[in-house]
Amino acid sequence: MKTAHLMKLFLRELKHQRKRMTLTILALVWGTFSIVVLLAFGNGLQIQMVKANRGLGEGIVIVSGGQTSKPWQGLGKGRPISLAEEDIDLLRKRIPGIEFISPENERYGLTMTYGRKSITQNVIGVFPSFKEMRTYYPEGGGRFLNEPDLDGERRVIFLGTNVKDKMFGAEDAVGKTVLVNNIPFTVVGVMKKKMQNSYYNGPDVDKAAIPFSTYAAIFGEKYLHRMIYKPADPAAASVIKDDLYRILARKYKFDPADRQALSLWDTIEEQKTFMKVFAGIQIFLGIVGGLTLLVAGVGVANIMYVSARRRTREIGIKMALGAKKRHIQLQFVSEALMISLAGGVIGILLSLAAVGLTAGLNLQGGAADILAHPVVSTKIMFLTAGILGIVGFLAGYFPARRAAALNPVEALRYE
Amino acid sequence: MIRLDKIVKTYGTGEARVDAVKEISLEIRENEFVSLIGPSGSGKSTLMSIMGCLDSPTSGEYFFEGRDVSRLSSNELAEIRNKEIGFVFQSFNLLPYATAFENVEMPMIFKGVSSRARKERAMALLDSVRLSKRARHKPGELSGGEIQRVSIARALANDPKLILADEPTGNLDTRAGDEILAVFDELWKQGRTLVLITHNPDIARITPRIISLHDGRIVN
Repeated sequence: MKTAHLMKLFLRELKHQRKRMTLTILALVWGTFSIVVLLAFGNGLQIQMVKANRGLGEGIVIVSGGQTSKPWQGLGKGRPISLAEEDIDLLRKRIPGIEFISPENERYGLTMTYGRKSITQNVIGVFPSFKEMRTYYPEGGGRFLNEPDLDGERRVIFLGTNVKDKMFGAEDAVGKTVLVNNIPFTVVGVMKKKMQNSYYNGPDVDKAAIPFSTYAAIFGEKYLHRMIYKPADPAAASVIKDDLYRILARKYKFDPADRQALSLWDTIEEQKTFMKVFAGIQIFLGIVGGLTLLVAGVGVANIMYVSARRRTREIGIKMALGAKKRHIQLQFVSEALMISLAGGVIGILLSLAAVGLTAGLNLQGGAADILAHPVVSTKIMFLTAGILGIVGFLAGYFPARRAAALNPVEALRYE
Repeated sequence: MIRLDKIVKTYGTGEARVDAVKEISLEIRENEFVSLIGPSGSGKSTLMSIMGCLDSPTSGEYFFEGRDVSRLSSNELAEIRNKEIGFVFQSFNLLPYATAFENVEMPMIFKGVSSRARKERAMALLDSVRLSKRARHKPGELSGGEIQRVSIARALANDPKLILADEPTGNLDTRAGDEILAVFDELWKQGRTLVLITHNPDIARITPRIISLHDGRIVN
């Protein structure tokens, strides 16, 4: 049928059922607003969480020694397994799928001094590749530890954000000398501020890193506390993990199937679970919003039923003139869709404003870091439009079907 | 043109059962001008609904141009109404929110006629009932006679073979009524088939053939 004609009918109906229309459109606005805002906050939450996860590092596995839980080749269970520095080279040679690998040893309670200021500080010894894996990115003007540092056992140190603040305040730290247990170290870089939601032995901003070789020379430890590696291809992670177990099992004589022999923190696996949880949260939020919209849909259907009844005579006339079922149905379905569109457009505009305002506040600190940064994605827009379309269609379809099933003679007689 | 064979139409069941039309058989040939006359409750409106494919008979057969239409689906009936039948009602039944032009255009929209052809045809039809100057007016702004002329123009939109007019002058004064009847006479002379339903013997007298109904049966 003619669009202009349908539009005219819609506007006329708008006038006739002004109060009911207003309430229904309000309900649609609210429903649309709920969906978009809920999903935007869910989406923002996910983005912030991913960002915070990135604080520890993405796609990395943290390995430390464990305790055997199965007897193996005459050796009993409950035997502790400790890693050694040479394992790094062994794994690097034997598993080409590993992109980065680094040892990490840590000393607690060292005294760090700058000028007259002294603090108790943890210090870690690591490889330069630690930077990429564990996001130890330097602020401008500084750098992370590099290969020459490692090769030359240089006494250089990279400070966590908080450590720098405590020691130097507003003063520039790069190039200055600090004493660690009375041994002078030159500060080469300060960590760029970052969000981190999971860590071991405290957040990275509270740490200080020195070359592993320097650490070994000073502290001379026999065992490796832990090592961190990152597969080049995350999809190959489980194969690499199996290889690692096989190689180390051979060296330390434990059952390769004995997963307790090594302690692995697999952030790749964790990431997958995390994404699933978030998909679940988004679906849940979508359903909550969708239900709100469904209530609005009942309002639309109600309007259309009233409208179909009010227009019985008109339907009868059109039928007499040769309107087929689909002509009558189209009229009501398109009107329901137009009402949904009106409510949807207003709702989307309002939700965009609300999301923009909240994001514009840029709240920081505590829960606000994670919760107060909603983001509307195109996916959310399409989803909302889709739900609106379905609700509008269904709300129009049933009244339309009833209208089209009218008997023309009775419809013509209707006063 | 049309043939009714033992057409029965019953409403309701049991105690409330009403036999509106009782075994009516009749034939109307091409280019006939027929009056269907009878008091209210005689079944003439029901018979018109069946002839106009607005309703299906309870039993009996109805042949429209040799085709049995008594058992067609509602969409198939709609198509016949759209293309083969033009209605003129006592209460006009124009869409109040649409202009005269849009009302005349309506059957052509359902037929799927292109916008340009619709416009041309609707204007020509309005012109033929001397209403081309009122094309942009809504029914509320027209006199009763003008409204009925618009509905005649609408009835002719898809050039139907059969015109069914149900008390077309019932709501008009004598002068306007006579004008309408003159238009019908003209249409008949152009070769169309017309059935005029009325309770008024004076109006029925203008048609060559009169069918009288009483209590659901033909009585002449």
